Amino acid sequence: MPGDMVRGRVWRFGDDISTDLLSPGSYATEPIEVRRLHALESVNASFASGVRAGDVVVAGRNFGCGSSRETAPEALKSLDVGCVVAESFARLFLRNAVAIGLPVLTCAGAAHAFSDGEEVEVNLATGGVRSKVGGADLAGNPLPEEMRRILAAGGILALLRAGSADETHSSHAPKES
Amino acid sequence: MGLTLAEKILARASGRDAVAPGEFVVAEIDLAMAHDIFAAQVFSELRSAGVEKVWDPSRVAIVIDHLVPAPSAQAAELHRRIREEVDALGIEYFSDAGGGICHQLLAEGGRSRPGMLIVGTDSHTTTQGAVGAAGTGIGTSDMVYTLATGRLWFRVPETIRFEMTGALPDMITGKDVVLFIAGGFGSDVAQYRAIEFAGPAAAGMGMADRLTICNMAVEIGAKFGMFAADAATSVYLGGSADEFLAPDADAAYAAVHPIALSKLEPQVAVPHAVDRVVPVGEVEGTAIHQAFIGSCTNGRLEDLEVAADLLRGAQVHPKVRLLVAPASRRIHREAERRGLIGVLVEAGATILPPGCGPCFGGHGGLLAPGERCIGTHNRNFPGRMGSPQAEIYLASPATVAASAIAGCIADPRKVVSGCAR
Ligand code: SF4
Repeated sequence: MPGDMVRGRVWRFGDDISTDLLSPGSYATEPIEVRRLHALESVNASFASGVRAGDVVVAGRNFGCGSSRETAPEALKSLDVGCVVAESFARLFLRNAVAIGLPVLTCAGAAHAFSDGEEVEVNLATGGVRSKVGGADLAGNPLPEEMRRILAAGGILALLRAGSADETHSSHAPKES
Repeated sequence: MGLTLAEKILARASGRDAVAPGEFVVAEIDLAMAHDIFAAQVFSELRSAGVEKVWDPSRVAIVIDHLVPAPSAQAAELHRRIREEVDALGIEYFSDAGGGICHQLLAEGGRSRPGMLIVGTDSHTTTQGAVGAAGTGIGTSDMVYTLATGRLWFRVPETIRFEMTGALPDMITGKDVVLFIAGGFGSDVAQYRAIEFAGPAAAGMGMADRLTICNMAVEIGAKFGMFAADAATSVYLGGSADEFLAPDADAAYAAVHPIALSKLEPQVAVPHAVDRVVPVGEVEGTAIHQAFIGSCTNGRLEDLEVAADLLRGAQVHPKVRLLVAPASRRIHREAERRGLIGVLVEAGATILPPGCGPCFGGHGGLLAPGERCIGTHNRNFPGRMGSPQAEIYLASPATVAASAIAGCIADPRKVVSGCAR
């Protein structure tokens, strides 16, 4: 499926990266062009200005914990982050990331397998996270087709706009009751 | 292999005979709820996606409860837009400012029923598990999609089960139970998982306690937190509940944890995490500036009753502000009728309109740097009620009422005497 492959440089973060760190409440009323510049600033001040399209955020456990705000994944998507690879995600962050079209992948061992700036390749279909410079080659949890279709469309609203919502469900539409 | 309650509900909603943990399903939604923080945004995204009607106006609930009454012109404008869209889209269930908190309204109005799959733009939608429904929080984009199509994808969660035994001692309620579980098992024991609260003690638990416990299930990570519907649920729903779904006896659980209730003490979550929980004895005597009784966790009639019993003939400590917010107008009216409101006001409490009140730091009873509050709500993160330098303790209505009288954190099982302060 288009969009299954992500290639970029690694930006490493620790455990419990919260929605407050991703989208600080003090900028909540600012437009996204401003908000994204403050993403993760209190853990890595050079992230927002240094991140390039396709780069991969690699983190530990419970990524995106905290509130249900969609501005958290939105900040990363708006910075053109290619994928977030974490040991585990908070449930609502995972839902919201897929909903807005930010690829996410759960991968055990990722937090300590790569170094900052290392070139990696992420395959959302197989779950593979591989160093392009001969480093680690890990097997994460592949994303199911439903989620990859939403990501490929650019988010659940893009899917809705494209009018393909029904098609998405055709293979296993609920029976009439 | 049998199915857990969550598996049964997701199987039914996705038109299958069975589902297994880890599978992804596309399920039909029985009820979708949005409140005033997100509803206007949801509607405008729905419009910009070119959608002119919601999939089923009788399955959508819109509630104005967070910014109540509107504390700013901005909030008032938000509310105006919500009312306009509710009319335009013909949404059947709408509660305007002052009606109460969304989670309470869905439950007390019999909107949520056993076996339903319910989504809301609020993490505490797990509250509906008290009536045996699978309720969970979603973001605004997922809500737009739900309103347009009536469907949403779900990963079938593993289920864990808390087997509760023993009777609750005097002055100990559902809040103490759920804080005890949070303290003992941590804030991510149920991450991505469904919880069944079960065991002999579950059957004897009143609906108010069940609502409190399911409300805070999300604080330990849960996607759903449920009590299987039983006789008590049927009475609560006016005896009209349909055939109840129940977990199969041979269902597979990721974990089963026994919880003994008979020796439980009053529990207090200390700053700044819901799972930093201690028995009240460890923080007794800590001076407080504000006490709050309310929220979707503990703003019910039973909660006001416990508080009024302790405050009857007593006075709130002169250095403490006691704020009370009934969770709905129906509760407010009934508390008034039973004389509970009079008792609370007589004791020095300020009654806030039915709604979220200061629970999420929106308005109405916020804290200054260095101030300390004990409340019956569900989160004590820094900044949740105003200044990030304020401290929030979470406890049961009994513990909060006793503390309001004492002027410091107090044990409701003791005759309350004032602290030196
Ligand atoms: S009472 Fe508090 S926790 Fe409940 S819905 Fe309102 S703000 Fe959220």
